[in-house]
Amino acid sequence: MSLALYVLRRLLSVIPTLFGVTLVSFFLTYTLPGNPAMVKAGPLATPEYLAEVERRMGLDQPMWVQYGRYVSGLFRGDLGESASTGRPVLQDFVQRLPATLELTVASLTLAMLIGIPLGVLSAVHRDTIIDHVGRIVGVAGVAMPTFWTGLLFVFVFFYLIGWAPAPLGRLAPGLAAPPTVTGLYVIDSILAGNWPALRSSIAQLALPSATLAFSVMAPIARMVRATMLEILSSDYITAAWAAGLPRRRVIYGDALRNALIPIVTTLGVVFGFLMAGNAVVETVFSWPGIGNYAVTALLTKDSGPIQSFVLFVAVMYVIVNLIVDLLYAVVDPRIRLS
Amino acid sequence: MSLIDIRGLTVQFTTDAGPVEAVHGVDFSLEPGEILGLVGESGSGKTVTAFSILRLIRPPGRIVTGSIVFEGQDLVILPESAVRAIRGAKIALVPQSPRTALNPVITIGRQIARLFELHAGMAPSAAWCRGIEALEAVGIPDASRRMRQYAHQLSGGTCQRVMIAMALASAPRLLIADEPTTGLDVSIAARILDLLRDLGQRTDAAIILITHDLGVVAETCHRVAVMHAGQLVETGALDVMLRKPAHPYTQALIRSIPRIDRDIALEPIPGSVPSLLRASPGCRYAGRCPHPMAICTNVKPTLSAIGSDHSVACHAVEAQRANVA
Amino acid sequence: MTEAAASPVSPAVHSRGAEAWRILRRNPVTLAAITIIVVVSVAAALASLIAPFDPNATDPAVALSPPSPHNWLGTDLYGRDQLSRLMYAARLDLLIPFAATLSALAIGALVGALAGYAGRWVDQIIMRAVESVLAFPALVLAMGLTAALGNSIGNIVLTLAITQIPIYIRLIRGEMLRVREMEYAEAARAVGNPAWRIVLVHLLPNCIPPLIVQATLAMGFALLTMAALSFLGLGIRPPDSEWGEMTAEGVGYMVTDEWWLFVFPGLMIMISVLAFNLVGDGLRDFLDPRMRGVRS
Repeated sequence: MSLALYVLRRLLSVIPTLFGVTLVSFFLTYTLPGNPAMVKAGPLATPEYLAEVERRMGLDQPMWVQYGRYVSGLFRGDLGESASTGRPVLQDFVQRLPATLELTVASLTLAMLIGIPLGVLSAVHRDTIIDHVGRIVGVAGVAMPTFWTGLLFVFVFFYLIGWAPAPLGRLAPGLAAPPTVTGLYVIDSILAGNWPALRSSIAQLALPSATLAFSVMAPIARMVRATMLEILSSDYITAAWAAGLPRRRVIYGDALRNALIPIVTTLGVVFGFLMAGNAVVETVFSWPGIGNYAVTALLTKDSGPIQSFVLFVAVMYVIVNLIVDLLYAVVDPRIRLS
Repeated sequence: MSLIDIRGLTVQFTTDAGPVEAVHGVDFSLEPGEILGLVGESGSGKTVTAFSILRLIRPPGRIVTGSIVFEGQDLVILPESAVRAIRGAKIALVPQSPRTALNPVITIGRQIARLFELHAGMAPSAAWCRGIEALEAVGIPDASRRMRQYAHQLSGGTCQRVMIAMALASAPRLLIADEPTTGLDVSIAARILDLLRDLGQRTDAAIILITHDLGVVAETCHRVAVMHAGQLVETGALDVMLRKPAHPYTQALIRSIPRIDRDIALEPIPGSVPSLLRASPGCRYAGRCPHPMAICTNVKPTLSAIGSDHSVACHAVEAQRANVA
Repeated sequence: MTEAAASPVSPAVHSRGAEAWRILRRNPVTLAAITIIVVVSVAAALASLIAPFDPNATDPAVALSPPSPHNWLGTDLYGRDQLSRLMYAARLDLLIPFAATLSALAIGALVGALAGYAGRWVDQIIMRAVESVLAFPALVLAMGLTAALGNSIGNIVLTLAITQIPIYIRLIRGEMLRVREMEYAEAARAVGNPAWRIVLVHLLPNCIPPLIVQATLAMGFALLTMAALSFLGLGIRPPDSEWGEMTAEGVGYMVTDEWWLFVFPGLMIMISVLAFNLVGDGLRDFLDPRMRGVRS
């Protein structure tokens, strides 16, 4: 009963936020230099043709009318056009999205695989060497600029040691991509049984995802540590010790189960970091995703992709946090059952 | 041989401000089937004593000295694996605040069933059935539905019963109940006490009942041990302790109980529990005692017998007996 | 315990300084972090006096030379001394985040106080706006804003400030709501104090500790954001010098073994951000348990 109410309330609260997001994004569109009509009309347009295009695009209308057009355009999937590629932004986006998705998923997985155990160990062995090392790594990780981490990784693992391949994109030059099923090369390679592509895509993915994972690993580990510490000193854990339950079970069973719930909510915030980091990492590693797309557009003052990227990231952030909150409600029995 | 015999237990905690002796020189013992009331104000060391018995004192605390002989073994020096085998199995704890002592994200059923799996070696399905029986045995109606619920869906009284059921899962020889009636409705508290007493009688388990409420003690216990500022000041059989308490603190505790049959002013105990940080070398009650002697601030009194089941740690009492004798 | 009493200066004033020093001594990490910030700031401020070289002075003879006694951190393609360039760049790297944080603080505090105190629909509108802006990760928002506003130094400060303002609004509003319910605000109102006076005298001082902690941490984050923008080519551009921009310059030289060109600027960013974070954490620890009592 109460769960349904919670879900409803949460869903409804998304609406004003999304509305605000479109407002901010529209404001950016409005103030970005460059005339979208000029992009559409082309470089050879006469002033009269340009004026005609401007009129048709409603650029002479009052702001709130333009906002209306903007939003209805969004619903139709019209994100404007890119001056550099000459194609609709939506098309470019869809083509490039899988690359960013693959990078984001790989980074998040890596960050959790390392960050969560690190946090647990830090909490269990509080104030020992393990804890101090973990905290130093955490504190340093947060302070290192992502682009610098990436460069260091490339320098050490590609240039000096030669383990990793050159940071030139998703596949080694010369290899063809596997047939598109999901757009994620790793999965598509497995599905197609294309082992050279699989090896190469994993190798290419290694450094960029390690870079991104490194910068979000620290907040995850910190959160896990703080949560575990709190839980380990709680009454029910003490009761579990008193009942003679084995140590492993108490820590990794009872305590961790309780800790995972607030950790899930951290992931929503972490996602924001990841999306921001994507832009930088994709640039350093020449990764053909939407972050790279946006940065290039910014440098060439191509306004269509810029505001679409910004809007996309914000909308994704809102949706991811919504999913996280709903997940939380489902996973935590205290909320699920009135 | 007693079921459990504690001698000279001293527990110290290291804090930023210095070492704190939460428990100093505690001696007492219990026979099977006995119910001992461990009484004292908050901070008197009752819970620390209980946790010491279970070897649950973790840094920054540690057992400095003393012995806890249970069924012939000294729990203080036993290796951790051996102690773990005893916890929950031979010695069980019913913790304070039952609702927070239950894991909020695991069903009640799972929490109790796994104890049967652990201590009785049962298979999960058998353990689940046993769990239902255990809940019924402590008087919880509709037990099989309760098994599938979570802690927040249960009332305080029911949580307490569940904790008792969990503690009894392995038929322990010694049960430690930490403030089992705090926060409970008076009528529910009475029923919980009945339950404890009943179970003690049936299984012949010894019970240490930790409480600050002398009324609870009077209802349920055979013997009483009074603690103040980490020290045991008086122990004895129930009726002796209630009718002829020897230690000024015990006397003050009894006097501070409101009485419905007489018209007397309530007498609070002056002062508060002294800081255990720079604990005095003498009697820790000296600051609140109505008749301290010179020796009280310098020398710690030791627990000495003044009757067949009555011991006191007080210089004044000893001096009086010396005079009489 | 007796040090304060023994001091000849007025005990009330002196004991706080002495206590602060004692606490610092017990936290060597925080002390080291504060030292770093001081050293870097002084180096930046006095760069024209203590930098070994003119940052723009070219010297083809020592072009692209690794760290040496002559050039402690090496030189670039034009023979410019990297150490000197880093010191001069520190000015922008410290000033811009500082200016952004300070202005964001001022604006955010005002708006947050308004939201918290006025309540009802004013509060609702402001909070919805805050949530909308916070839906954009800071760097992404900064990217969009720099595109829209341009990348002059003033606009970069504005961009960074905009990304921070919502955080302060939320913080101050929260504190304001908390404190508003407290009794002494009621008492002040009852005695007839005007609203603005209550806010200024009673409510704002309570907000200062968490504000300071947040601002310190935000400095580091602003620095990272600005450096990332400059690295991507969207922020500070030559001839202005900034660590992120210098790192970008050094990227191409990685594969020719001239590692010092990208390593040191990034290292400076890391050290500075680390120092801010550690000081912020130290402040948080200092301000928090004070209210809660001795840790046991």
